Amino acid sequence: MTGDGTNAALEARGVAVSFRGRGGGGTAWAVDGVDLALGRGEIVALVGESGCGKTTLARTLLGLEKPTNGEVVVDGEPLEYGRKALKAYRRRVQLVLQDPTGALNPRHTVYEAVAEGLRVHGAVEAERQRVAEALSLAGLRPPERFFLRYPHELSGGQRQRVVIAGALVLEPDIIVADEPVSSLDASVRGEILALLLKLREQLGLSLLVVTHDLGLAWNIADRVAVMYLGRIVEEGPTEQVLANPQHPYTRALLSVVPEMERLEQVVLTGEPPDPTKVPAGCRFHPRCPVVASGEAARLGIEEACRTQPLPVLTVGTDHTSACHLATSGA
Amino acid sequence: MALLEFDDVSVTYRSRGADVPAVRNVSLSVDAGESLGIAGESGCGKTTLTSTVLRMQPKTARVTGEVRLDGQNVLGLSWGKVRALRWAQASVVFQGAMHALNPVQRIGDQLAEPILLHSPKTSKAKADTKVGELLEMVGLPARRAQAYPHQLSGGQKQRVMIAMALACGPRLIVADEPTTALDVMVQAQVLDVITALVKDLGVGLVFISHDLSVLSSTCDRIAVMYAGRVVEEGPAADVFDRPKHPYAGALAGAFPRIGDTRFRYAPAGLPGDPPFPGDLPSGCPFHPRCPRVEARCSATEPELLAIGDHKTACLVAQDEAVQA
Repeated sequence: MTGDGTNAALEARGVAVSFRGRGGGGTAWAVDGVDLALGRGEIVALVGESGCGKTTLARTLLGLEKPTNGEVVVDGEPLEYGRKALKAYRRRVQLVLQDPTGALNPRHTVYEAVAEGLRVHGAVEAERQRVAEALSLAGLRPPERFFLRYPHELSGGQRQRVVIAGALVLEPDIIVADEPVSSLDASVRGEILALLLKLREQLGLSLLVVTHDLGLAWNIADRVAVMYLGRIVEEGPTEQVLANPQHPYTRALLSVVPEMERLEQVVLTGEPPDPTKVPAGCRFHPRCPVVASGEAARLGIEEACRTQPLPVLTVGTDHTSACHLATSGA
Repeated sequence: MALLEFDDVSVTYRSRGADVPAVRNVSLSVDAGESLGIAGESGCGKTTLTSTVLRMQPKTARVTGEVRLDGQNVLGLSWGKVRALRWAQASVVFQGAMHALNPVQRIGDQLAEPILLHSPKTSKAKADTKVGELLEMVGLPARRAQAYPHQLSGGQKQRVMIAMALACGPRLIVADEPTTALDVMVQAQVLDVITALVKDLGVGLVFISHDLSVLSSTCDRIAVMYAGRVVEEGPAADVFDRPKHPYAGALAGAFPRIGDTRFRYAPAGLPGDPPFPGDLPSGCPFHPRCPRVEARCSATEPELLAIGDHKTACLVAQDEAVQA
């Protein structure tokens, strides 16, 4: 179930997505050349700061955004963007969003919220039973007790379970979850993550989790892909990427997780740079602590960091990092 | 004398003809230059408790006990005195405070507002200098005073709100989930700013969060609240690494230690929901959700007792400490 491309449920191949800048401000490459594979029954965490392009990449994988370059491949076939093909695709790939309160219509009952997907897709038979099954899979039992409840009568964790039930009711193969627990209380967070793990086990679901929470990745993900300014800069099995990070950006992200006090904190200044002006050479070099400390100069790679772009990480290799440190063998 | 003292504070709301105890008999204190973290789930009373410091609790709330700021009970003050207290003695950074900025007013003018309100004789030039200093204190260049809120990122806006809380040189800052909506790297930047203020300016800090890992890296001491009461209190590292109360343990376990294989494929959660304050379970209010529950737990509500320099309100943990 590694991302070797042949067994992937969903794949990005050389995907790039650009937006026209505001006020003649140049083209923004939100996603700038990404290869990524989600194996069947695999949980992949896509991590990075706000503005790194992770949500745009997820939207592209869902077919909500059309790649400017490259393609999205589903079960080995390129995704088609005709209305009918997309509708069929969206039945198989479901989205779970960050804020369950915003995702649920306050005037719809739990039953209506979960049944909506079925109605949109014209799956009318046995509606009641399917809604009940989805709710019970999402851990709301007995489901009938929740049918007529409104979102305001539920706790935050229960609301997120309703959103997940709404995704499950169409029996998808793949779920893309964008920050599924970041708006939830600490005690609820573990419950929802355990639910996602259980769904993978029971239903063989593939799961792409978009998050800035590395603890979440350590909790449930098989593989982690770290994204910076439109590119994957490090990718591999969770144990390797998070316990033995190679890219200075991954190391910096790990060092600011509050419970990682044994690491020396590397607080990067500023926020991710502007995708309309991607720096030359390694795109991380203006913020890179290895360059700033003179370490790169000492190793004789600083020139490369400033001028030599790094290749797109390819799918299938085990633990890879797009950094001149790794390629120089230093 | 402590800078801030909650002395046996209880807050009761009147809701649909019934009394709802949101905070029950809380005693806590914070010294100047010290930071106290308050942790707990939504609805545990942490925001209600701290709202009493500046008398921001709703009108329907009945507060008993004393809340002393520099030895003065703020609950007994006239409204005029309370207004003088706000900003100048103590100020608050709210959750999602960055949305509280006025979108059509420059950052600098908004920062100058509390300064001009509290010292109306301040000249424009002097206020501008002060605004520049405040921005630099939170790591923003002084020229950002000219910016409108939409020109700043979320982390920058949150830093502006912290700068505003500092505008009148308060001795106490209450920060209610100040980093919850922020990204990890930006959160680290904001936490660094807050920690430096406590250390360099010697202000007292009350930091509210449901994230025990954030509190443990920012605060000297942590108090964990459940159902309106403090159930655990102690030095921050102690509460996070060696929690005594099972509820504190559940909160600490919710955030995995990355690299520790025990947390791989094993997210730790706490089943059930916190009780409604108007309808608390008998005995220890945590007993229906507690992994270590015993028969006696539904009969007696445990007191908050000291075990070393750590306090806990759990019968099981207290017995263990006695035996050890």
